[in-house]
Amino acid sequence: MWDKQKEVFLPSTPGLGMHVEVKDPDGKVVLSRQYGSEGRFTFTSHTPGDHQICLHSNSTRMALFAGGKLRVHLGIQVGEHTNNYPEIAAKDKLTELQLRARQLLDQVEQIQKEQDYQRYREERFRLTSESTNQRVLWWSIAQTVILILTGIWQMRHLKSFFEAKKLV
Amino acid sequence: MQRPGSALRWAAAAGSWGCRLLVLLLLVPGPGGASEITFELPDNAKQCFYEDIAQGTKCTLEFQVITGGHYDVDCRLEDPDGKVLYKEMKKQYDSFTFTASKNGTYKFCFSNEFSTFTHKTVYFDFQVGEDPPLFPSENRVSALTQMESACVSIHEALKSVIDYQTHFRLREAQGRSRAEDLNTRVAYWSVGEALILLVVSIGQVFLLKSFFSDKRTTTTRVGS
Repeated sequence: MWDKQKEVFLPSTPGLGMHVEVKDPDGKVVLSRQYGSEGRFTFTSHTPGDHQICLHSNSTRMALFAGGKLRVHLGIQVGEHTNNYPEIAAKDKLTELQLRARQLLDQVEQIQKEQDYQRYREERFRLTSESTNQRVLWWSIAQTVILILTGIWQMRHLKSFFEAKKLV
Repeated sequence: MQRPGSALRWAAAAGSWGCRLLVLLLLVPGPGGASEITFELPDNAKQCFYEDIAQGTKCTLEFQVITGGHYDVDCRLEDPDGKVLYKEMKKQYDSFTFTASKNGTYKFCFSNEFSTFTHKTVYFDFQVGEDPPLFPSENRVSALTQMESACVSIHEALKSVIDYQTHFRLREAQGRSRAEDLNTRVAYWSVGEALILLVVSIGQVFLLKSFFSDKRTTTTRVGS
């Protein structure tokens, strides 16, 4: 919360929270929750693609009408960065070498997932290309047919017109 | 197909009540010492991010435009005193490394103010310092065994693999966005062309008819 007179950010006032909404690539809402001035959320994606994370403040304070500023600290961690290795080491009682091996395994798993995503994308792209190809083919045929029909209609119409005007 | 959502789009709705509430976004670098975000930049808008950096830390900022218009954006990086460290106009992709010369809040801004109606999606990756060690109580004094140093080099190699994969994914998204734009344009053009064809051919016939009809009236007028 920015205090205009003192030009300093005040510590987070209670009652000032953020509303978080997460949507998956199909537009379905995965997470929609109101948090206080500090919050932490996790989610796992079930579909590959672009997910949207939206944050809005729920402030209704009149003080904000004077062009206030909010300072928001945001941290996002994805995939293997979400693992807290010292915690895992303590929980599973791993030696240093085992922990390093675990980290490498997590990284390789992330790489695999990314490759799966690329394979899915390539498949989608191939389907799209094939459907575009079909559409272009049918459209060219249709346009040629329209062209021919319009030409025939023109000739017939003009012929009957000139015959009526006794010019032909 | 399960996959951690690596390309996250973030759009901040600034305030409610229709008032202009500036939201300053401070990035909290994760345990990896890096933050990467893909966000949407509306037309004629500027979005700034702030980061608290200690003196002497080596930082890297890398950005790429994924969708929108000519796929370019203005970028500007300032140190806590307001001195401009990096400033580029209309760049599609760039990478900038610097060492923090003083403590404080560094600010970097992306601007789409030159564009009138295309909004853009921009990805950036801000790396602060080195990755933290795996063990908080690790004493670097003791030399690493051969196994451990092999693990460390594999870890670094895998990190660069992941980095390349990210770039590949962004390029694929960019290519797909271009293809979709092209598809829309071609679709509108074909429909427009078919309509023009019909209108022109019907118009030609009626125009021709009108020539002959006028001649008739002129001949009659001349006659009388």
